[in-house]
Amino acid sequence: MPSVITVDNLSIRFGGLLALSEVSFDVEEGSITAIIGPNGAGKTTLFNCITGFYRPTSGEIRSVRAGREYALHKLPIHRIARLGVGRTYQNIRLFGQMTALENLLVAQHSFVNHHLLSGIFRTPAFRRSESEAQERAWHWLRFMGLERVANQEAGNLPYGLQRRLEVARAMAGQPRLICLDEPAAGLNQQETHELNEVILKLRHEHRVSVLLIEHHMGVVMNISDKVVVLDHGVVISSGTPAEVQRDPAVIKAYLGEEDAAAVPHAGSL
Amino acid sequence: MNLALALKEALLAAFIAGTLFIPIVGMILDNRNLIYELPRALMFAAVVFVGRLGMTLWAQQRTRRQIAGAEESRIAGALGGVYASLEERRRWVIPLCLAMLVAIPFSPFATNYLIQIMSLTCIYVMLGTGLNIVVGLAGLLDLGYVAFYAVGAYGYALLAKHVGINFWEAVPIMAALAATAGCVLGFPVLRMHGDYLAIVTLGFGEIIRILLVNMVRLTGGPNGMSAPRPTLFGLEFTNTPGGGGTPFHEFFGIPFDAKYRYIFIYLLTLLFAGLAILVFRRLREMPIGRAWEALREDEIACKALGINHTTTKLSAFTLGAAFGGMGGVLFATMEGFINPSSFTFLESAIILSIVVLGGMGSIMGVIFAAVAITLLPELFREFQQYRMLVFGLAMVIIMIWRPGGLLKVRRRVFTRAEAHLPAASAAD
Repeated sequence: MPSVITVDNLSIRFGGLLALSEVSFDVEEGSITAIIGPNGAGKTTLFNCITGFYRPTSGEIRSVRAGREYALHKLPIHRIARLGVGRTYQNIRLFGQMTALENLLVAQHSFVNHHLLSGIFRTPAFRRSESEAQERAWHWLRFMGLERVANQEAGNLPYGLQRRLEVARAMAGQPRLICLDEPAAGLNQQETHELNEVILKLRHEHRVSVLLIEHHMGVVMNISDKVVVLDHGVVISSGTPAEVQRDPAVIKAYLGEEDAAAVPHAGSL
Repeated sequence: MNLALALKEALLAAFIAGTLFIPIVGMILDNRNLIYELPRALMFAAVVFVGRLGMTLWAQQRTRRQIAGAEESRIAGALGGVYASLEERRRWVIPLCLAMLVAIPFSPFATNYLIQIMSLTCIYVMLGTGLNIVVGLAGLLDLGYVAFYAVGAYGYALLAKHVGINFWEAVPIMAALAATAGCVLGFPVLRMHGDYLAIVTLGFGEIIRILLVNMVRLTGGPNGMSAPRPTLFGLEFTNTPGGGGTPFHEFFGIPFDAKYRYIFIYLLTLLFAGLAILVFRRLREMPIGRAWEALREDEIACKALGINHTTTKLSAFTLGAAFGGMGGVLFATMEGFINPSSFTFLESAIILSIVVLGGMGSIMGVIFAAVAITLLPELFREFQQYRMLVFGLAMVIIMIWRPGGLLKVRRRVFTRAEAHLPAASAAD
């Protein structure tokens, strides 16, 4: 399987803090890769590097598209997005005063006809491009079960629907890789279950690769093909969910060492 | 059907009508005695009550039918029907309004003064629409918008004096020149947000004004300079043409009247204001307009969707400035004479308040606010000293009463085109 993105020896330093240290892994095409780790392990930092929000101190992120290799760590954010990397955010970032459908139209900005004059004079080509964009928007709204709220302002939607709208918006940009930053955060059991279905469906029906940060082990272990475990900015384990679950290093990172756990903390207070 | 809500609204309407009608029809001044005719006023109030009740119930009924089966909120239930019928009425309301606006200057009660005020209102509508792109859509607080207005006005006056261009040539040239100025201002302020952006644009506006005051040899300094009047296919609106052209009244064989010029300029400003609104409407529904609004809402999310925020912001500044430049040409040609005192910070503040009071991003809001802001000071001309006081008070009241502006933008409602639906899913 060719990989859609390759992270190679990635390090990033904020002042004295080494947030990521020589992280390497790749996301295979059509796979679901999960990144897990305790709080502060550097998961979101890694996401921000991949999507161009942070510039890594050293190391490379490469992506091959149409036979050409691109160095993502050198490109500005919007160019990375146009190469087919979509993302959602831990704290939702929708365009609150625009309707759900308009949010999805914005996402298609880079491939609709945005020539100024053809829009002002409403040429046939422009109208065709607009109605296609609306069709695609409806498609994704339907896919995420948001058809009924299409014309409601995104900021007024309930939390669960806002999360779904973020996924729909990322998908409307026609990405090859979608990065989901804690998509299950704040969702109830039923919603989490639906989310699992949706992610699997994205992969099967739309051939999109998924990179996922998640704390909810039910989601991670059920749907991922590969799990990368980060702790203090270092990859401590990677492999299939079953392999990772058995890895002593992972157990140690999550539960602490037996000796350490035995020390009574109350005494030091 | 929500009878209680309808009754409450109808009672409120009747109460307001009653308080208005009592002094109007409820009291008759007979020589020096006031005769109270309360039943008459109450009758009017009753008519209003019944009318309002009927209207609300009808609107509710309509809405119920329209959104049957869909989720409905109470507010949408009460307002949805009214909005829908407004949408239908637009087809004939807008042409009717336009026809009236065109007809007004030809009516007997239209004085030159009134026509000039209306021209000024149209110019403010145009400026408000331009600034609405920058502030309302793109969310960039620009306190120096008057700079582009000045560039347009002075550019026209200067080029007319030295190169001899006429009004019609000046409009596209000045739009381009002001757009360039907007782009030049846009570059350094791209990284700034909110307050910092406001301060830099404020400075830019002041720089332009101070340049105009101090470059005496070029601009005439505080004495200002004259700008040529517009022509209609080379026909001039003067009694004895200076340029040797044919005057308008001679061409048509009618007696000279200074009013023709006022009417012509008014129709020009109306045309340009109308075009500006049309372009703004289109822009708002275009990818670039959506990108501006998205940028206002969340810049980070915008970038991650492949939108180049640099060019998007610059385009907002550039297009907004182009509108300002054209407004400047219109102003110069209307006044025939310009000096730097027309381009002070107060002017920027007035244009900004048109946008903010009217409702950011709203077209009708800008029109209403422009009318109010040009008419109110004229109406209160008798209270010279208190004019700005009343003006300020009105603004404070509106901001308390409606912090979002007079009219909130109604989002475009999309309906799914049935033709594109796959056969299998047509049922839902």
